[in-house]
Amino acid sequence: MRRYHDMGGLPAGPIERTEHEHAPWEKKVDAILRLLVAEKVMTLDELRRGIEELGPGAYDELSYFERWIRSIANILLEKGVVTVQELATAIEAAKARRAAAEACPKTLPAP
Amino acid sequence: MTGPRFRPGHAVRVKALFPPGHCRTPFYTRGKRGRILDLVDVEPDPEERAYGRPGLPAVPVWRVVFDQHELWPDYGGPARDRVVVGIFEPWLEPLEDGA
Repeated sequence: MRRYHDMGGLPAGPIERTEHEHAPWEKKVDAILRLLVAEKVMTLDELRRGIEELGPGAYDELSYFERWIRSIANILLEKGVVTVQELATAIEAAKARRAAAEACPKTLPAP
Repeated sequence: MTGPRFRPGHAVRVKALFPPGHCRTPFYTRGKRGRILDLVDVEPDPEERAYGRPGLPAVPVWRVVFDQHELWPDYGGPARDRVVVGIFEPWLEPLEDGA
């Protein structure tokens, strides 16, 4: 049977043709992938396989680069490059940094 | 590798296989008849590399031309409309011309 991502020829609505800027985190995801491929930690074929394995729900709900980083994380776990504990700890640390940055006043007080 | 199995102009059929894993042959081409256009390259098999294996020996990738009417029986456009799809050689089987 047809796998979910293999949608060539199915109705898909109009093509979004407007250009858009990439968010800084999206550029970071791209940089992470390029580095992992250049260092032969993983292949683009593994990235694609990982995206296909996200399943129909995640495939629809996640944005393009969200699918990439989910797949990258799963492939690195699979290969033992990172452990679940390391990844979980790093995610919590990133959330804490973000919360601290948001709590910080955006402008300096007037002298 | 043993060298490319086809030549431009050869009639081929895409294997009607529906595996569960990573597959580079679009669903809509499977079981369909086409004709070899040219050789794209000889590359490590992505269906192996997708699982962390080397994908060697490398396999030829062919540009295959399909009539739109072969791919989509209810296609409404002109009869001359065609689609070119890159397909890895293990997915192709030779057809007798005229088949």
